Amino acid sequence: MINILVRYWPELWSGLLSTLGSSLLALVGSLILGTLFAFMEISSHRWVKFIGRVYVEVFRNIPLLVVTMFFYVVIPMFIAKVNGFTAGTIGLTIYTSAFIAETVRAGIEAVDTGQMEAARSTGLTYTQAMVQIIFPQAIKITIPPLGNQFINLVKNSSVLAFVAGFDLMYQGNVVAATTFNTSDTYLAVGLMYLILTLPLSYFMRYLEKRLA
Amino acid sequence: MKKFVRYLLPVAFLFSLVLILSGCGKKSLSQQDVLTNDRQSNTITWGVKADTRLFGLMNIKTGKVQGFDIDMARAITKQILGKNGKAKLVQVTSNTRIPLLKNGNVDALIATMTITPDRAKVVDFSEPYFHAGQAILVKKGSSIKNIRDLNYKGAQILGVQGSNSVQNVRKYAPKANILELSDYAQAFTALKSGQGVALTTDNGILYGMSVEDPNYVVAGGAFTKEPYGIAVNKGQKPFLRKVNAAVKQMKKTGEYQKIVNKWFGNVQGFEEGGN
Amino acid sequence: MHNFIQAYSWLNIRYLLEGLWVTVEVSVLSIIFSFIIGGLLGILRYVKIKYVSAIIGFVIDIIRNLPLLLILFFTYFGLPNLGFKPEVIPAAILAMTVFESAMVAEIIRSGIVAVDAGQMEAARSNGMTYVQAMWHIILPQAIRKMIPPLVSQFVSLIKDTSLATIIMLPELMYHAQIIYGQNSNYVLPMFLALAVLYFIVCYALSLLSRVLEKRLSA
Repeated sequence: MINILVRYWPELWSGLLSTLGSSLLALVGSLILGTLFAFMEISSHRWVKFIGRVYVEVFRNIPLLVVTMFFYVVIPMFIAKVNGFTAGTIGLTIYTSAFIAETVRAGIEAVDTGQMEAARSTGLTYTQAMVQIIFPQAIKITIPPLGNQFINLVKNSSVLAFVAGFDLMYQGNVVAATTFNTSDTYLAVGLMYLILTLPLSYFMRYLEKRLA
Repeated sequence: MKKFVRYLLPVAFLFSLVLILSGCGKKSLSQQDVLTNDRQSNTITWGVKADTRLFGLMNIKTGKVQGFDIDMARAITKQILGKNGKAKLVQVTSNTRIPLLKNGNVDALIATMTITPDRAKVVDFSEPYFHAGQAILVKKGSSIKNIRDLNYKGAQILGVQGSNSVQNVRKYAPKANILELSDYAQAFTALKSGQGVALTTDNGILYGMSVEDPNYVVAGGAFTKEPYGIAVNKGQKPFLRKVNAAVKQMKKTGEYQKIVNKWFGNVQGFEEGGN
Repeated sequence: MHNFIQAYSWLNIRYLLEGLWVTVEVSVLSIIFSFIIGGLLGILRYVKIKYVSAIIGFVIDIIRNLPLLLILFFTYFGLPNLGFKPEVIPAAILAMTVFESAMVAEIIRSGIVAVDAGQMEAARSNGMTYVQAMWHIILPQAIRKMIPPLVSQFVSLIKDTSLATIIMLPELMYHAQIIYGQNSNYVLPMFLALAVLYFIVCYALSLLSRVLEKRLSA
């Protein structure tokens, strides 16, 4: 196993960087998209609310692989070329944004409703009250679960292996196919995933304990 | 200190797990004699393709795989075990076939597998049972006429993980990018989606794709020789001898030619040998 | 439009449904196994038996932090090295169970932790044993808290069975890929079918959990 790590380090390292890059891009993207759809979900406008709900329910109930393959296979056939890394990252972003939307929505709803009324009675508009009073508090509730979302993103980004996205899992497959030493290769790959996820996971638990 | 130990323990545990697992990996190949086992169960388990037209393709109507390799597997089984011998078919891809053979999930592989020196280090091959040659598949009317046309920066060539075609193409078109998909069906779909300008693998497989969708054609003829072999685990010499004898016998009686004609007789432009 | 009519021929639909059946089969068995195993592990981890809980905790943390794809590979290709040689369906169930048990164990543990610790003491001071207090006071409350995360975990499990195409599990995604792999006109219709079929199965489970939740809180 050690010799696989040493011999194929450049490939595995570049895979690790792609995994990390894709996960970070998807984290930022899904935060923006997720917040947007959370606001749509709590909108008083019937149709906006409906679209928000549909988006969240649809992407929470369809496999990430289906979404990713859709962008890799279907979109290029009809609209525009999308390479594997991009298709994977878009898939991850959309998939994760549905979960983040739920978290943010729950966060907003958890903030005491009295605060909205109080803010409105001091003369703030609904939007002002939302942006200045409610949303900052909601984000505070939402931040801890985001660490867990990032861990999920790193793990889920292995879906890039299906679309030649050059991530860690893909490089692992290539190395395994070259060396014929499957179990050692996947052990090495597993170790590299753990280097990314395990410390973060322990940090999140520590954070949860402190905030509790 | 206590905290430190708490975080160190999982790491230590992980490493010992890794060492145990990788230690075990060295020995327990299927050490029993495959031939004896197969005679007892009257069954030979073959690893075959399910994504490769002409060689091994899933028929949606019947739910069974069919193709040249499949017919060969069935015929060889009958040669070795007699008329009532059963061939059990397990689906493999280029990437999964060697692990599945080494692990003993299958007794032998007949799965469009080129005999290469690297592979011969980990498995034993029969005499070649089919002579293919590597080529490229492109969209009809493409400006790419042969492999040399792909040797430019930014060229995207599609291949399949675990096939030796991707290694070959690095020699012929070193400047191109190679995207490796998990199986041939995925690679062909990716070609149709424009993920690459050409798909490279053995001509027999490519002709199968061309039959499936005539908008794609094999360009420039074969540029390597790819003799296909039946792979068995190391240390299974008696079984391997039987396989070789079976193929030889089939060639003598004309059964082999019959199977070749059945699958490749109507394929335009196809010639066995890859010159 | 013509493509859609051809793509949804009875032959193709039947083939997709055969795949869906394997998806459901693998999902249901994995859900049952991982609920039992994950539940036990979660409780064992919570009750803090020296060494046992610690070791279980480490293993759970390691498995939770690995991609399922890797665990699938390992079960199908790595385990036979240890003398255990599962066929593809049992291998998929095993891999899903290992991964999901770890996830379930964590949900169960944090569910128990979330029930006020003071309640255990109160119950004990009323003369209940530890096991009695756990069974009658803590677990019923914890389970109510666990249902939403457990159900979304199981929905994830159903969705994640699609990853097992990589070890050639003949489930829904794999069958769809075989169909559109043989005719590119079927690509769009197949993706639509995939989305609809997965959505129906997963959404049904979510609805079921909402009913269950209402009943329990009533």
